[in-house]
This record gives sequence, C-alpha cells and structure tokens, in this order.
Amino acid sequence: MVAKALIHVEDVSVLFPLYHGNSRSLKKMVVAAASGRLAQDQQQRVVVRALSNINLHLESGDRLGLVGSNGAGKTTLLRVLAGIYEPVLGRLRVKGSLNALLDPNLGMNMELTGRENILLRGLYNGLPRSALPRLEEDVADFAELSDFIDLPVRIYSAGMVVRLGFALATAIKPQILLMDEWILAGDAVFLEKARHRLEEMVRGADILVLSSHQADIIRNWCSRVLWLDQGQIVADGAAEDVLDQYLGSVPVQAVAALA
Amino acid sequence: MELNLRADMTMAMRSRWALADIAGGVRLWRLAWALGWLDIRLRYRGSMLGPFWLTISTGVMVGSLGLLYSTLFKINLRDYLPFLALSQVLWGFLAALVSEACTTFTDAEGVIRSVRMPFFVFSMRVLIRNAIALGHNILVIVVVFAAFSIWSGWEALAALPGLLVWAVDALALTLLLGAFCARFRDIQPIVNSVMQIAFFVTPVIWKPEQLGADGVAKLALNPFFDLLEIVRGPVLGSDIAATTWLGALGFSAVLCAVSWAFFVRARGRVAFWI
Repeated sequence: MVAKALIHVEDVSVLFPLYHGNSRSLKKMVVAAASGRLAQDQQQRVVVRALSNINLHLESGDRLGLVGSNGAGKTTLLRVLAGIYEPVLGRLRVKGSLNALLDPNLGMNMELTGRENILLRGLYNGLPRSALPRLEEDVADFAELSDFIDLPVRIYSAGMVVRLGFALATAIKPQILLMDEWILAGDAVFLEKARHRLEEMVRGADILVLSSHQADIIRNWCSRVLWLDQGQIVADGAAEDVLDQYLGSVPVQAVAALA
Repeated sequence: MELNLRADMTMAMRSRWALADIAGGVRLWRLAWALGWLDIRLRYRGSMLGPFWLTISTGVMVGSLGLLYSTLFKINLRDYLPFLALSQVLWGFLAALVSEACTTFTDAEGVIRSVRMPFFVFSMRVLIRNAIALGHNILVIVVVFAAFSIWSGWEALAALPGLLVWAVDALALTLLLGAFCARFRDIQPIVNSVMQIAFFVTPVIWKPEQLGADGVAKLALNPFFDLLEIVRGPVLGSDIAATTWLGALGFSAVLCAVSWAFFVRARGRVAFWI
C-alpha cells in the first residue's frame, strides 16, 4: 500500500537576493567589511520577494491550476513544491513520489543519440537497469524516432526534439505531478497526441499542479485554481469561480488571447 | 518519499539534510559515472584520437620539459625524466580538479533548477571526469618508465591509500569550491592564480632534494607537497617521511571539516546562487 500523497505549504516566502556587481565579488565584500561598510551593505542588499506568505494544502485527488501574469511567481511556486528552492521563511511538507515537468530539455544532450538520451534520463531518475529497456521502447515509440534513434539529437527536426523531450518528461509516472506550461506547446497534430498521453498521466497522478495561461486547459483539468499576483495569493477556490474572477480582471485583449 | 523542509532549521537538521544529500548522491553513482564519461567524450568529440589527445599533449610536454630542465638542472635524463613524467601527470590531475571544482554547480545550472537532485552527484561527476583523464595520462608514465626500464615493483601499490585520500579531498573540495564559487564569481581566477604559484613552490618540476636538508624539512608545511608525495613517493620507490603523511592527513581533515561546515549551511542556498 502506497502512502497517500500530500502537499502542505505553510506561510512560505521566497526571497531572491539579487546578486550583481559588487555583491558577486568576494574582494569587494572583504574591502567593504574592512572599511566598516558591510553592515550597511547587507541591509541594502536588493531582494526580490518572489513569493510571500503562501499557504496551501493539497491531498490526493486535488487538481490545482496556477494562473497569473508573467512574473507572478507560478514557476517559482512549482520549484518550491519540487524542493528545488528551499523556503526562506515558513515550511513545506511533501509526501509521495514527485515529477516536475519544468524544463523540456532537462538533461538532454544534443550530441548524444536518441537512445543514449533515453538511457541518461533513466539514470537521472535513478531507475534500475532492468527498467531501462521498457523506458526506451515507450519513449521511442511515442516520439516516432524509428531509424533516428541511433543518430545524434543535433540532426533531429525541431518537431522530433519536442516529441522526444515530451516523451522523456512524461515517461515516469509519479504520485505528484507538477507541470509548467511549456508542456502544452507544439503543433496541433502533436498536441492531440500529447494530450492523450498527458491525460493518462494526469489521471494516474494523485495530485496535479499545473501552471498555464490557457484557460480552457485549466478548466478541463483542474478542480481548484490559485491566482497569484506578484508573489501573493489573490484568490484560491473552485476552478470556475477563480477563473471568472481572473479573466474578468485582465484587459479584454488578453482575454481574447487566452480563449 | 517525504520532503519536510523549513526555513528555521537547527544545525542538526541541516547536517542531516547534508548527509542525506551525500547518501543520495552515492546511490546515483551510475548517473555520476555516465555524466563523467560524457564530459570526456564531448570534450574530444569529432577527433579521431579522442581523449588520447590528452595523453599526447602531456607526453610532448613531459618530453620537452624533461630535455630542457635536465640540462638546466644538470641532472641526467634517466634520473630526471621518470620523476618529471610522474609529477607532471599527477599535478595535472590536481590542478585541473581544483580549477574545475569551481564550476561544479554552475555547470549544472540547468539540471539544478529543474529537478531536486543531490548536489553530491555533481561532485562525483567532476571527480570521475578527472580520474578518467588521469587514467589516459598514466600511459605517459608507463611509456617513460618502460623506456628507462624502471619497474617500481609491488611497492607502488602503496600509492593506493594516497589515491584514496585524494578522492576524499577531491569530493570535499568540489562541494566547498562549487558552492563558494556559485556565490562569489571572482573566486575561480583567484584559485587559478593560487594553483599557478603552488605549481612553482611545490617540487613538481624540481626535485625536493635540490632544496637541501633544511628546505626538505619545511616542505611538509606545503599541503600540495604532502598530498603529491603520498602518491608519488611509493611509485618512485622512495620512502615517505612520517611528517609527510601527518601533513597530508592533517590538511585533508581541515579541508573536509571546512567543506562540511560550509556545505551544511550552503546546501539549501545553492539553487538561488547559480
């Protein structure tokens, strides 16, 4: 019996120190410390509050959509949930196997062949050797690589690279699935095919957190929506309510683009 | 699988996370191994000789330096060249490792920012990559030793404990410099300058005996000498002073302690720094 999946976010804030110019240099910091300017310097350090006081509780069966303009903190929140950015304030509890689809080309190397990339991804995921042939078959089949599988990815067409990246990312079925919007980019034919595979994966996951600009996708897949703006929660509730609220707030032009 | 992170962690909790990072990294050794090999393969892709270019360039360097310095120092080539070949190859490993340790995490930026992965994997990758390069360069030593029909015998196996110390130090150094250089971007040039100076003040191209008895006694204070000697000595068949081993272990212990103390604090921050 596998334990139930759970995400519990308590009062989490993420501050990004902006390191640039002087604060990147040890020499400058030492000189500043020696001349007694360090304390002042540290107080004046520029920080960006990427997320502030986020509270969130998700259990098995929850399907959460993240909406908000660019730079609202959607991807940062996904990274926090994935354990990549550890909270600077507050606490985070995540139970269950997790797969975060954040970077379409994670660990993919253009110089390697398709087959080698598949094996490498298997290693990234810590799969046992015995699981690798199945992974290879599954990915090659979906990405329609056929004869190209033993050629370097460098010579693939753009479409093949997208298919391979997508197939690799979706090959591992987790309890908690975190998805950034790139996953839904691609041409129409591919999207149709991708949707099927993705839906299967979403159905298999206990918890889904999806960040997207496309309202119809959120409407289809999510039961709950969290609206973020400048790192803060604006609204959190049933998908329809929050989506209407959100779409009502953005200028008409943007709504047309979303629809 | 459970993740329980909080901002106000005690030192004991942070240490446990750091330990879990190392344990998780070790479990992914096959990934580290594959990445290390991949680095070497990609560095020499498209060249017919592949990584053996390394061997050739080291060989040419050792050959020309050997001829030059044996004349300058007025030592006969038979005494000097095997020493130089061995020293140069071992030093090449140390220097490259220290320099590459600085980019342990910044090189892996894409992965670190898209998946939670033990940082120790990237440390192992740097060590493995450099160990593979060392493996190719050992050919130079073998050729030179064979040309002068020198055979160090089974005593050369006494170099193995030294290599083990090197491996531990290398991992500690990649964790320390990898995180530190992610935060402060002006460290790598400083590190490279230090290594340049260390190359000249450490008996790599010159022999320790040339310093005289007084100088040799002081050499133990140079961590690079101690570390180099615990591997080089056994292969050359010379005795290693107790102070050399003492120095090597002492400096290693300090390095590991500093590295651990820093990594425990920095582990959760590296993702923000890169």
